[in-house]
Amino acid sequence: MLALTFYTLAAATIALALMVILARNPVHSVLFLVLVFFGISAIYLLLLDASFVGVVNIIVYAGAIMVLFLYVIMLMNLNETGEPRPSRMHLVGIAAIAGLFLLTLTSTATHFLPAQTSDLQQAVPIGTARALGQVLFTQYILPFEVASILFLVAIIGAVVLGRKDVALAQAEAVKHHTSNT
Amino acid sequence: MAQIFQQVPLHHFILLSVVLFSIGVFGVLFRRNAIVIFMSVELMLNSVNLLLVAFSAYHNDPAGQIFVFFVMAVAAAEVAVGLAIITLIYRNLRTVDVGQLRALRI
Repeated sequence: MLALTFYTLAAATIALALMVILARNPVHSVLFLVLVFFGISAIYLLLLDASFVGVVNIIVYAGAIMVLFLYVIMLMNLNETGEPRPSRMHLVGIAAIAGLFLLTLTSTATHFLPAQTSDLQQAVPIGTARALGQVLFTQYILPFEVASILFLVAIIGAVVLGRKDVALAQAEAVKHHTSNT
Repeated sequence: MAQIFQQVPLHHFILLSVVLFSIGVFGVLFRRNAIVIFMSVELMLNSVNLLLVAFSAYHNDPAGQIFVFFVMAVAAAEVAVGLAIITLIYRNLRTVDVGQLRALRI
């Protein structure tokens, strides 16, 4: 039963991921990507007993990041522009690079398997918010604080990049005004 | 070790993750819309997250899932700054086609 769930979810996730990069409309890409995230979260929740990571994945990726993408696409009104397809030569090269990547990673993954862990007994659950919080706020407290500094830098960077140059806009407005009168 | 690994070998989780990552690589090379390229990068980050959670469940070690949080934090910061840059490019050039951004080409 668990195996059937895994293979169904895996096939659906791969198909949806292909749709993300093949859809011509960026809005469709975003919606397919949200479905991919739901598929991955379902694997976390149903199969890997990682309930907290699964819920956070939905909230952060499907909820916050994808809304940001959608917002930018709507802002630029890109939802119907078709982009030129690469030429056949280009496509062969791209497929060769991606295929080589796939082949290398696959062969590496099949050759270097992690050692079988010996303890098969029912262990304590590690995926709950309680267990993860205990590790995060004791052993990994310094990286946690560094991550908050990273967020501060990202917020400031995004605001600085995103704001209109106020002085320039005012100067242009004044010039426009004087040229009119 | 979670119950799932008695029915599905860890192998298949690695393969799923590798396939998703390669689709992301293909998307970055294939598409020319900067926003879709960004989405492909998100796909790659998520495939790595999947691998980390699978290893974490396999070894019964919460450190892997902690690392997933840091990957998510970096991804969120990257998206905020990256989309601001894309908005700026669009405001100046009226396009987000990476084929048109050739100001640094010799």
